[in-house]
Amino acid sequence: MSAYAQPHPRFSVLSSSSLSSADHSSPTSTTRFSYPSAPSINTTLVGSPKPSAVRPNIYDRPLNKTRTAEVSSSAFAFLFSEVVQYTQKRVAGITDLERRLNTLGYRIGTRVLELMVWRTESTGKAPKREIRFLPTLMFIHTQVWRAVFGKPADALEKSVENEDEYMIIDNDPPITRNISVPRDMSSLSCSSYTAGIVEAVLDGLGFPARVTAHNTPTQQYPGRTVILIKFEKSVLEREEAMSAK
Amino acid sequence: MAIFSLWVINKAGGLVYQRNFADGLAQLTSNEHLVLAGTLHGIHAITSRLSPIGASSGAQVIEGESFKMTIFLTATGTKFVLFTSLHETTTDSVLQRVYEAYADAVMKNPFHTPEMPIRSEGFDSRITALIGTGQS
Repeated sequence: MSAYAQPHPRFSVLSSSSLSSADHSSPTSTTRFSYPSAPSINTTLVGSPKPSAVRPNIYDRPLNKTRTAEVSSSAFAFLFSEVVQYTQKRVAGITDLERRLNTLGYRIGTRVLELMVWRTESTGKAPKREIRFLPTLMFIHTQVWRAVFGKPADALEKSVENEDEYMIIDNDPPITRNISVPRDMSSLSCSSYTAGIVEAVLDGLGFPARVTAHNTPTQQYPGRTVILIKFEKSVLEREEAMSAK
Repeated sequence: MAIFSLWVINKAGGLVYQRNFADGLAQLTSNEHLVLAGTLHGIHAITSRLSPIGASSGAQVIEGESFKMTIFLTATGTKFVLFTSLHETTTDSVLQRVYEAYADAVMKNPFHTPEMPIRSEGFDSRITALIGTGQS
């Protein structure tokens, strides 16, 4: 609630719009449980005096300060569990479920890339951007993984059969560590979420690709997951043109 | 010094997990296990009201001639019951770690329905690592 007491103009816009939407829909759908909170936002905005020393809201905090801030893995595990349950209720099959998780991950990936580039390149005199795909894959394997999961991925491999396929391998992906997929859905990999993140980062850097996740359990690592990256033809052609120079 | 069996009883008194680790107890069918777990749930509810000085968490250890059962009640009402030999010393720490495994591998698993029987490979393997192999 304290966040809403901020003097920031964005908030007044945000909350007044949410209020008006509540007003619009409340006569028609009275059974929805999420609306009663809207009036209380209103009272906070109008009624309470501004606290003298408030913590700046998340939009006003410098982005670099939260660089080392960590999120409880348990809290995330419960949240992700709910995400999967919510999604599962709304899909017809495993492919659909993976696609939805991928889409959710994509939204994370675009932001992760934005934030990482801002943090590493904004202070430099000559900001650079990856344009070749091996350094890009290394960047995802190491930096993106470290930013998202707190550790680099375990391997980066090139497919033997297909020229345009690369694999990032994680022996124990933190987000699926507590998930046991039932036998009748054994082809499901909840790491589709991670695949979505990777796809967004690649897209953002200008390497359109299709990214999927696959379970490849081994004796030693039952949670081993392969993130399979299949680049679009244009990427390979450009790469060839660049190396020919 | 042996751990015979582990039960997990949900807050309604239903047996949601049962596993044997060593011989030493009578072999029972799954139906008999269910009935006994329900009975224990009832006994536990009675013992928690017997205390002369107000609130009580109920029975913690019940000893027989050849075994004892240690009951660990969580804040949410789930009970973990460990059947061991009389002189087993590690029961408390084992139960703590079973609870930990339950919190990790069962409650954080999106494919588990609360209060329903536990069918999670992750939980099975954590318990195996903790207590050792056993039948079924």
